[in-house]
Amino acid sequence: MTALAALIRRDIRIALRVGGGALIGVLFFLTVTVLMPFAVGPDLALLTRLGPAILWLGALLASLLTLDRLFTADHEDGSLDLIVMGRTPLELACAAKALAHWLAAGLPLIIATPALGLLLNLDAAATSAVALTLLVGTPALTFTGMIGAALAVTLHRGGLLLAVLVLPLSIPVLIFGVAASQAAISGPLPFGTPFSVLCALSLVSFVIGPFAAAASLRHGLD
Amino acid sequence: MTLIDLANPTKFLSLTARVLPPLAGATAILLLIGLYQSAMAPDDYQQGATVKIMFIHVPNAWLSMFAWGVMSLAALGTLVWRHPLADVAQKAAAPIGAAFTFLALVTGSLWGRPMWGTYWEWDARLTSVLILFLMYLGLIALWRAVDDPSRAARAAAILTLVGAINLPIIKFSVDWWNTLHQPASVMRMGGSSLDKAFLIPLLVMAVGFSLLFVTLHLAAMRNEILRRRVRSLQMMQASQPAA
Repeated sequence: MTALAALIRRDIRIALRVGGGALIGVLFFLTVTVLMPFAVGPDLALLTRLGPAILWLGALLASLLTLDRLFTADHEDGSLDLIVMGRTPLELACAAKALAHWLAAGLPLIIATPALGLLLNLDAAATSAVALTLLVGTPALTFTGMIGAALAVTLHRGGLLLAVLVLPLSIPVLIFGVAASQAAISGPLPFGTPFSVLCALSLVSFVIGPFAAAASLRHGLD
Repeated sequence: MTLIDLANPTKFLSLTARVLPPLAGATAILLLIGLYQSAMAPDDYQQGATVKIMFIHVPNAWLSMFAWGVMSLAALGTLVWRHPLADVAQKAAAPIGAAFTFLALVTGSLWGRPMWGTYWEWDARLTSVLILFLMYLGLIALWRAVDDPSRAARAAAILTLVGAINLPIIKFSVDWWNTLHQPASVMRMGGSSLDKAFLIPLLVMAVGFSLLFVTLHLAAMRNEILRRRVRSLQMMQASQPAA
């Protein structure tokens, strides 16, 4: 098995096994989605209109919460130093870790979306539109969030700083994700336009994320 | 004196000590001339005298992006060339750029109220400049979060370069989206569409504010160098055994 495949397998196993690192993201997604109707009021028509936005915000915040674990656990037990010093290019190792993180933490969010769509009075078409945009957009959130995670890895109280650094970079993904969902549900805009931009954002993040994260790790771990 | 001598902090301190007073004087003179010309400029046929906010708002907006550009160049200096003063240049420019961005947002908001009827609008230009402001604040937070200044400089350099992608987004946001903020009328293909009566004061104010940025930046760099010296002295003193 190649080193990258081994790294991906290891990360998925750890995320699914120890302390529920992956599934706690789903729990947080559920909590945020449940909190929104308390804040906004139980008016079902309003919830239907806000539904895609609430789901996207919940997914964004849930992925932000789990991003903290991307590098800090490895940093604490020393395996991050081994990965940095290893023969596999660090950019590829970061990409592999982000992929594993998305498989373990991002996919469960998408699987949970239909159930949460029921809570927000979204019909099947709307829920599947949101799920599709989440499927395409959450990799962008993970890969750009990886940059902030790498910058904050050596800080002890880095959690909140990570959020402050990552959120401005995630705003375009949020804007186009919600725009694509709204376009599929009701809007006069064709679905393809914001959806293509969302795909483009994900593809760009696949390239920029690993390079920036690898540079941060190399410079930050002296 | 060759270019490499500028990289020596002590030489830099002595050079800027000589350069700053005339620079500050030139800044003050240009800003005064610009303010006088702005006051004497004619009223706009639609906006009346309110158009004169433009002479402060537009240079501030230009400089908020220029400051991030300067930081990006300094970031390249840190990461690629390991220039000793690049760290200092980066750190010094961040609060100045944040201040210019804040002023651009505030003056724009004050201009928007009489013109558009609202202090704020979530259109592409205003949103992207607000995101730039948040990124400045995040960058300043990152600088303060790491104790060792050179490690902080490398982390901040990476964040600066990643955030530089926001600059073309801001510049072209009024072309790519249907926005309330007006499209480009000065820096565009085919030359400016502003009348000379407005363009001259605007350019004078822009140059004046740019000199203000350079003055403040050099002064802030001097302060940062001195701050680092104080820190080194404190570290040396702390490592001495108690007398």
